[in-house]
Amino acid sequence: MNLTLKIWRQSDANDKGKMVDYKVTEISEHMSFLEMMDVLNEQLINKGEEPVAFDHDCREGICGMCSMFINGEAHGPDRGVTTCQLHMRMFNDGDTITIEPFRAKAFPVIKDLVVDRGAFDRIQHAGGYISVNTSGNTQDANATLISKHAADEAMDAATCIGCGACVASCKNASAMLFVGAKVSQYALLPQGQVEAVDRVKNMVAQMDLEGFGNCTNTGACEVECPKGISLENIARMNREFLSANVKG
Amino acid sequence: MSGFFKSSIGRKYAMALSAFFLMFFLLQHFAINILSVFSPDAFNEASHFMGTFWAVQYVLQPILIFGVIYHFVMGFILEARNRSARVKKYAKNNGAANSSWMSRNMIYSGLCILAFLVLHFIDFWFPEINTKYIQGDMSGLLGNGEGFRYYQELAHKFESPLRVGAYVIAFVFLSLHLMHGFSSAFQSAGASSMRKEKLQLFGKAYAIIIPLGFIFIALFHHFNHH
Ligand code: HEM
Ligand code: SF4
Ligand code: FES
Repeated sequence: MNLTLKIWRQSDANDKGKMVDYKVTEISEHMSFLEMMDVLNEQLINKGEEPVAFDHDCREGICGMCSMFINGEAHGPDRGVTTCQLHMRMFNDGDTITIEPFRAKAFPVIKDLVVDRGAFDRIQHAGGYISVNTSGNTQDANATLISKHAADEAMDAATCIGCGACVASCKNASAMLFVGAKVSQYALLPQGQVEAVDRVKNMVAQMDLEGFGNCTNTGACEVECPKGISLENIARMNREFLSANVKG
Repeated sequence: MSGFFKSSIGRKYAMALSAFFLMFFLLQHFAINILSVFSPDAFNEASHFMGTFWAVQYVLQPILIFGVIYHFVMGFILEARNRSARVKKYAKNNGAANSSWMSRNMIYSGLCILAFLVLHFIDFWFPEINTKYIQGDMSGLLGNGEGFRYYQELAHKFESPLRVGAYVIAFVFLSLHLMHGFSSAFQSAGASSMRKEKLQLFGKAYAIIIPLGFIFIALFHHFNHH
């Protein structure tokens, strides 16, 4: 395949940045999107130009690093995949592909397609954990019984990889799907109950502080989420937040 | 609860609450208006009751006015915050791939409703307040004393094709607003998705039937008197 790429180039956080056109040739349809980007970067390096900076790590859909906004969608046109799992067969020979960084005030661009998602870490630090000393004190897994239903739903919520596609896709740059998943993962389990009130309050407060927008229930996040995190998690977070505030 | 209504989620609850109230009010408003199609007398009776009963006038009406103002002011505040959450826009954004037009344009459908409400107040509410509380005529009777004035006033308003046109357009936008808004309000209030499918269906039905009903009433009176 021969493609035209329109890529956001920005030399550092303070640079104004602009879209730049590139051509790549002989791209195999079996390549992943990131492999296609590697081909481009090799080309650029051979020409003595600055390669396009982009985040990636596992390249198998589990780390959540590969943030790219491709043809107007987070992680591109395919469903339930990250950019590293997106195959070039989703595109046609001769296509023009627009590639931008995830955009949100809370995700400032560091360079080219790389954004700082530290805001997610700070939200996690605000309460996305349980304070139990498990080293050397591991209990029998069956000591606390958990219903299959609750265990499944908690597991589903826990599959969130913190990629930020929800924020990138939301017209309001809202982080509620991410925070909803992180709150739900504990809210559904007995181990999460002890700190439930503080957890949801602190995580929501941190989310608001970071400058994310508000959820308007468009559902874009759920559609674009590579892990299929459900909107139900936002509704659950809302319930948790209300009851935490009523309890004081 | 002090910080609750300043938080993003607290505001969503408040938004949903005001929306529930408005949707309930709309239903009640429709129930009275539709009487005008079937029985001018029944419409007159109901209008007179609503227009003069103290609990409606001094309790429900102020709550309604507060609810409307709260809803659109909070709508503007949320919109402003949401816009500022993405300073640099995408060069290419395919919103249609993952969300409905209605859900992405609540502020525009809302602004159309607001423009309509201004017209509606000038048309019906200000004259009512003028007659009842400034001129002090609480009788609800026509100038010549022959029966109630409400039905005649209503029928008279819908003679103008311009006004009817404006009403029709406004209610199309109300329908679009509610098409997303109905189920959205439940989601904001934390309703579980187990009930979502039926809720969505019910919401779509409400969002189509009620505005369409208002349009029907306007058209009915327009063509009934020409
Ligand atoms: C007066 C003009 C109006 C404006 C400017 C307006 C604006 C808005 C906006 C911007 C939203 C989205 C807020 C958000 O979710 O972040 C919204 C939601 C909503 N509006 Fe309105 N609106 C107006 C009138 C109405 C009326 C008359 C009704 C019903 C009869 C209504 C029903 C709803 C519902 C049900 C929602 C969804 C609430 C939620 O998601 O929690 N609106 N409105
Ligand atoms: S909810 Fe989905 S889209 Fe959002 S951060 Fe988690 S995995 Fe990514
Ligand atoms: S590189 Fe790890 S999810 Fe894509």
